[in-house]
Amino acid sequence: MSSRFRTSCAFALVVALAMTGCNREERHSRSKPLGETVDTGASPDTIIPGGGTPQPLDPRAALYDNNSPAIAEGQQLFNKMNCVGCHSHGGGGMGPALMDDEWRYGGRIDQIAATIAEGRPNGMPSWRGKLTEDQIWKIAAYVRTLSGLPSKDVVGSRSEGISGPTPQTLTPHQQPRPSDTAEQ
Amino acid sequence: MKTKRVTAATLTLQLGACSYQTYQSDFANAGVEDRQFLILFWIFVAVCVAMYVLVIIFLIAGIARRRRAGDANVVETGRHHQSHPLLRGGLIGWAALVSTGLVGLAIASFFADRTMANAAANEKLSITVTGKQWWWDIQYNAADVSKTMRTANELHLPVGVPVRILLRSDDVIHSFWVPSFVGKQDLIPGRDTDVSFTPTKVGIFRGQCAEFCGVEHAHMAFVVDVEPYGDFIKWWERQLQEAQPPSTPLALVGYNYVTTRECATCHTISGTPAGGRVGPDLTHLASRHSIAAGTLPMGEGNLYGWVADPQSIKPGSKMPTVDLEPNDLHAVVAYLETLK
Repeated sequence: MSSRFRTSCAFALVVALAMTGCNREERHSRSKPLGETVDTGASPDTIIPGGGTPQPLDPRAALYDNNSPAIAEGQQLFNKMNCVGCHSHGGGGMGPALMDDEWRYGGRIDQIAATIAEGRPNGMPSWRGKLTEDQIWKIAAYVRTLSGLPSKDVVGSRSEGISGPTPQTLTPHQQPRPSDTAEQ
Repeated sequence: MKTKRVTAATLTLQLGACSYQTYQSDFANAGVEDRQFLILFWIFVAVCVAMYVLVIIFLIAGIARRRRAGDANVVETGRHHQSHPLLRGGLIGWAALVSTGLVGLAIASFFADRTMANAAANEKLSITVTGKQWWWDIQYNAADVSKTMRTANELHLPVGVPVRILLRSDDVIHSFWVPSFVGKQDLIPGRDTDVSFTPTKVGIFRGQCAEFCGVEHAHMAFVVDVEPYGDFIKWWERQLQEAQPPSTPLALVGYNYVTTRECATCHTISGTPAGGRVGPDLTHLASRHSIAAGTLPMGEGNLYGWVADPQSIKPGSKMPTVDLEPNDLHAVVAYLETLK
């Protein structure tokens, strides 16, 4: 057995072992697998701004945190539900920035989900009853990506949605006309 | 052997039946463009079949000639360039035939294209269709903005009127395809495309997305209802009206749920506080032929199934399973049924 053959065998073995790491998360499309299968535990209702003892992590976190489909869906909902209206695309505006390291009500996924569901003083509306629990948790999963909290292998390498205007080569020729006849 | 013959006969009969099904068919002959396409198709078939048959005849003749002549005509002798005058003439004729055929096909194709471009020049009705995962947002454009109207997953068209459909996409590439009228046209995010056609037959036709666009691509269909002009105008007037207020106590409970809870976040019902623009417009939901972009036929049972658990019927669809209490479910369906 030549040393070259042995090197090849070792390489193949390493590749085969590495392949087992490719097992991605489950994609669940049903909105309520959780109440049926997972004990949702205590509600993380008690939020103490600026400190306090955090409650134990909600078991649902395991299903949404670091879950690629949940993050992608959450990003679409973040845009469609007009979160960008106040938080911009994470940079903040009327609402606080989401892409920094400061979390008034906690940066854990269950704490973010509670913030979305319950609303917070000074403007954050309550989304409970307007969105389903599943949608709220998906948005929370996405919000964590804005400050780079989930691992890099589950987040998208490009943003959802269209960027940039129509190419100028496709802009139709529009003959200028005075504005007072525009409505006729 | 007998079973095989029966199977073959059954298959042939079934294929024959296909030609009478115009619901979704390239051979429906239901539009000016479809007619042009069919004429072109049959010209191509005739020319290609004639040429194919000729080639096969010459091939068979060649093989037979070689067999008859034994070794006398072997090409490997090197004498094949000193061809027979008859063969020479034949080859020139053959080249001329091929050129004529190709030029003829090009001319036929040019005239078909010209006729198909006519509808775009004579546009009488303008509709904007936006493809979304996985349904069709449809807006009827009118010069008078108060007549502009929004619906979903169902096109109504007046017979004999050239229509131009502007195509847009909100997410990924889709393709608009109603085989009974015209060929496919892609909907590309960030670009405007369009397709024009003139329906010539009254009836109900099916269109569908023809570009793979995600898990529910197969459930992204729509209905095209071609009507006489008067019926079409009546339908348009009806669609412009706001939703009727609920008339029964059960429908009122449903109205309150739909307009204040999860439903209103995504759906619009004009004349009510529900104004979400994420999902299909529900103002005249119960007057449509299908639920969830051609997934289910419209009906009370299917409405119950769809509202109770959309993720079992169309897994991956953007419509979430809302955890409705049974009483709320009855009320919501009772209200949705009044949206005629």
